[in-house]
Amino acid sequence: METTVTQLQMIPLVYYIIFCTALFTIGVVGVLVKRNALAIFMSVELMLNSANLLLAAFSAYRNDPSGQVFVFFIMVVAAAEIAIGLALLVVVYRSSRTIDINILNRLKW
Amino acid sequence: MYAIITISIVAIIVLFFGAFGKKKMILPIIYVGLPLAFIVNLMGWNQSIHYFNEMYIDDNFTIAFNGILIFITLLIFVFAPVYYKSVKRPLEDIYALILFSLVGGLMMTAFGNLVMLFLGIETLSLSLYLLAGSKKSDPHSNEAAMKYFLTGSFASGFLLFGIALLYGACGSFNLEDIKLYVMQNQANIPAMFTIGLFLIAVGLAFKVGAAPFHFWIPDVYEGSPTLITTYMATVGKVAAFAAFFRLINSSFGEVDFLWKTSLIVFAAATILIGNFSALYQDSVKRMLAYSGVAHAGYMLIAIIALKGNAAGVLLLYSVSYSIATITAFAVLMMVRKETGSFSIKSFNGLAKHNPTVAFAMTIAMLSLAGIPPMIGFSAKYQLFVSAIEQGQLPLVIIAIIGSMVSVYYYLRPVVAMYFTRSMESTPFEAAKLYKKQILVMAILLIILSFIPGLIIQLI
Repeated sequence: METTVTQLQMIPLVYYIIFCTALFTIGVVGVLVKRNALAIFMSVELMLNSANLLLAAFSAYRNDPSGQVFVFFIMVVAAAEIAIGLALLVVVYRSSRTIDINILNRLKW
Repeated sequence: MYAIITISIVAIIVLFFGAFGKKKMILPIIYVGLPLAFIVNLMGWNQSIHYFNEMYIDDNFTIAFNGILIFITLLIFVFAPVYYKSVKRPLEDIYALILFSLVGGLMMTAFGNLVMLFLGIETLSLSLYLLAGSKKSDPHSNEAAMKYFLTGSFASGFLLFGIALLYGACGSFNLEDIKLYVMQNQANIPAMFTIGLFLIAVGLAFKVGAAPFHFWIPDVYEGSPTLITTYMATVGKVAAFAAFFRLINSSFGEVDFLWKTSLIVFAAATILIGNFSALYQDSVKRMLAYSGVAHAGYMLIAIIALKGNAAGVLLLYSVSYSIATITAFAVLMMVRKETGSFSIKSFNGLAKHNPTVAFAMTIAMLSLAGIPPMIGFSAKYQLFVSAIEQGQLPLVIIAIIGSMVSVYYYLRPVVAMYFTRSMESTPFEAAKLYKKQILVMAILLIILSFIPGLIIQLI
């Protein structure tokens, strides 16, 4: 554990922040641009995992375990969320035979 | 704390009774369990106990808001047997999910740690995603659930990244520690802190449905089953506002220059967009959804005018909005059952057949619009007074313009009920089912109109 933390700290913190922000931005752009529901789920996971990585990095730099504990909570919540998302996707697929979110336009204005 | 445990146990018992096919027992258990949770919740009054290393704070703010949330849920459960009368299966899953999401709502009002805020929001939302899609055969319900899920998880991502950045700046998730950090570094707040706070505000604005992040609200509210829409529009919104208020109040009161401007813009945009979009809706359900957006804007004013007695004002506003909204949605459920449509035309001539129901709808609409004798007026009045005391005059002027616009669309169903003759003259059958419950709601609304001072002094 100690060696892992020292190895993590060899890279400056700002690199982690830039990397995580880039991952997060890719996730946001993916959600906004993609039309396939599965691709959107993956982008949301990318957003959540960039936050996980950032929390782990901060936690290692501050020698404070609470950030890493939060990461476990986020993983559990993300797993539950994706289970619900896939269940909803199956229901939508059964009724419309596609997972393209452009068909979600029955409710408008 | 013990209210959460009680409700969780009740929900698990409900699931068990459903699994063993004891259909008749499910609702009585809920009708006993929720009042029990309400009483258990009140036991910590004036004690301010902190549980689990400050993770859960049981102060008067928490207890007042939790009491309201439990009470609203109980009122919604009063309509469950009539709303689901034609459904033959036990429905224990839907009831249990409502109770579990209530647990999430109770956690959101009481968090003392950002971890708890995230878990509470997710517990509430994950259950609501499923509830929105609970009418599996209806494509509208499926679509609403899918849209709610996509926008909701997108918002969670923002919230989470904001929390991570805030943790990077302050080194703690605890609200007290964050406040300490803010006090010490007031002069040189790092950019990471500002961006984190902004991302958290965006995430929460998504959840409360404030413009420009309100676009999911009308679709989701319209597509979901009406009982679930009622639950979302009341418990979901009140819990999210209590969380927003507690977050800003307990940690970021000192650095209001960071968030005040953006919240004022959010509030003004929400009020204007909500009220003006509601003007040209033909479906009453969609109109009530936009009215929910507009009320989110008014409640944001309570957060902006933080100092003074803003918590009491927010409490009063939550009560008035929730009770009036439940009444309006209950009448809508009845009309929908009878005519099969949410359109404003289906209200035509309602007063002739059902004067009680029409009266209940009228006072609910007057209360939402803020016409003097009703509780909605005193709530809005107190809100505007506290905002003016904090020097937010331009925002209050925008809010008053929004209120005046809102009178037009709130009175449209009333006009349809009293002054338009209906095509067919058969009396409503569904009215027999709903009449008593709607009467109870109307009486509650009238009683509350006499005691706004009592609620505002509570916390």
